[in-house]
Amino acid sequence: MKILVLMKMVPDIVEELEVAADGRSLDREFLRLIVNERDEYALEQALVLKDRLQATVTVVAPEAPEVDDVLFTALAKGADRVVKVSGIDVTAGARATASALAATLPDIDGALPADLVLGGCQAIDDLDGFVAPLLARALGLPYLGLVSRVAIDPGGGSAQVLKEYAGGVMGRFEITLPALLGIQGCEKPPRYVPIAKVRAAMASGIIETVAATAGPAMPALAVTSMAKPEAAGHAEMLEGSARDVAAKLADILAARGLL
Amino acid sequence: MAQATVLETPDLTLDGLLATSVGRALLSCIQCGTCAGTCPYGEVMRNTPRRLIGLLREGFIEEALTSDDLLACVTCYDCWAKCPRGLRLTDVLLPVVKEQVLLRLPQLPAELQGALANTLRYGNPMGESPRKRGAWVESAPTAVPLLRDLGRPVDVLWIVECYASYYPRGQDNARATARVLAALDVDFAILGAEEKCAGECVRLAGEKGLFDTLREQNVATFGKYQFGSLLTSDPHAFDAFAFVYPFLGFDRPVAHTTPFVADRLAALRPRLTRELGYRVTYHDSCVLGRHNHVHDEPRRLLGALPGVSLVEMTHNRDNTICCGGGGGGMWLDTFYKAKGFSRLSDRRVEEAVATGADVLAVSCPYEVPRFEDSLKVLGYDDRMVVRDVMELVSEALAD
Repeated sequence: MKILVLMKMVPDIVEELEVAADGRSLDREFLRLIVNERDEYALEQALVLKDRLQATVTVVAPEAPEVDDVLFTALAKGADRVVKVSGIDVTAGARATASALAATLPDIDGALPADLVLGGCQAIDDLDGFVAPLLARALGLPYLGLVSRVAIDPGGGSAQVLKEYAGGVMGRFEITLPALLGIQGCEKPPRYVPIAKVRAAMASGIIETVAATAGPAMPALAVTSMAKPEAAGHAEMLEGSARDVAAKLADILAARGLL
Repeated sequence: MAQATVLETPDLTLDGLLATSVGRALLSCIQCGTCAGTCPYGEVMRNTPRRLIGLLREGFIEEALTSDDLLACVTCYDCWAKCPRGLRLTDVLLPVVKEQVLLRLPQLPAELQGALANTLRYGNPMGESPRKRGAWVESAPTAVPLLRDLGRPVDVLWIVECYASYYPRGQDNARATARVLAALDVDFAILGAEEKCAGECVRLAGEKGLFDTLREQNVATFGKYQFGSLLTSDPHAFDAFAFVYPFLGFDRPVAHTTPFVADRLAALRPRLTRELGYRVTYHDSCVLGRHNHVHDEPRRLLGALPGVSLVEMTHNRDNTICCGGGGGGMWLDTFYKAKGFSRLSDRRVEEAVATGADVLAVSCPYEVPRFEDSLKVLGYDDRMVVRDVMELVSEALAD
């Protein structure tokens, strides 16, 4: 069984985000990138399946600062092959990214056809989660998103998938393979790999680099301005003894018709 | 008395252990069980050092390595200090075994995993912004220069370390230290955003690869500047710079803040005029106290503070009780709780409260959050506070 995992780097919000001088984009001078959290779960899901099915796992990621660390870590965790794609502008929007990936993946030797393509179901710069379904459509694959569990049939022809809905409702689906799944979670958190193994992968592992193939041009929204949100109001702190605070709280709830 | 020494074989692996004299010495274990008896988690640890050596010596390697048992080792140096054969248990045997244990664990405890991943990515276990490592300086009572901005060599490069840089109560220690260093006219600077965790706790937790990465980054940063010696607020960082980095090519004088200031007490004494009125008990940390035998210096400092009376806990000096924070224990509280282990800092706080003291003085930044948590959990927070020795010295210092 062949599994293809798509990963990408997104802004790390451990540092405060700053608006660049042009007033339309993020200041990238101090911006660090981190792997998209959902993509880490996609890799974990692939590795869990590999442990069970002796699958091969290939990871593909657009070139970005610090992506090499992510790809070497993927090798150390157990991925069989890692590929870095140069020339994809992931800031160009979901449609452009999906178009570029759809054009490039068939040109990566041996990457497709894959029985299963796993990506994150959303990213901090793609909160709507459009990239994965758009890519699935372009590749002609069925898509299911917000997936938190994947099991493969013994024959390998289909997968049982759990998808999360609002209110704690889970849906169970059977999906014919090949398919593309937007991963939200996995049965276990992403594994830790001791750094000695990552360092060994850095010393002897290979990151293949391929140039992106241009896909059809896509319409994109232009950002006209970017600004930090301004506080419109503040929380009101209730002061006084526990009895006073409880009384004020009860008044507020009653005034809003909540009691 | 066991003496801390520079690690002569820090690149040791379990496979290569018997190729070294330190490793071969482990074969001479007499299985007396002193280590197990003195271990603070000895009653819950199946593979105590005694049993571990027994298993390894008889070839039960996988049995020894496929248990999460050694996560209970908080590297308190108690077994190391009391072993009648003088075996290098805490600094040599346990880390190389733990490294193999971590490799075999199907899943690391989430809290530990988060701390290790944060330390790799951000240089601190809390996952705080590396750019804000020096942000505490803005609230410091005196100027704290960045070495990068000074553009000249300094006598002392002060490594503030993670908990004193980021943890709000740790920053009280950093601010106090800055004030004391200024009072002593020490020519010092810090690295600010360029500083990263020294890595000793991750090494003793079994994450040697992460330690190597941090060490390489730190040595590269140190190489950019000229300074006379290192000073650090963290005993764990002191151990890293004093005993592990030297073998790996970085050998510079290093001091911990408590003995550094104690050695300059004569210059400070005329200004220590503010009456404190505290009854203080001092907790010897495992690393500064038991491993480095720095016992007199903190007591000398505390004894010089006006209105401070010192009272000792039952377990003191080399016989101290661990706070439970070393060797990764700082990030394993939830794991220990889930296993039903008692919290070591609770035991220590019970003993501290029994002295009747109102201040528990410490010299390690890990101990402030650990003991403050225990005081709250045990309901003693209305009768005892935790203060770093530097905080008390600064408080007694007249303006």
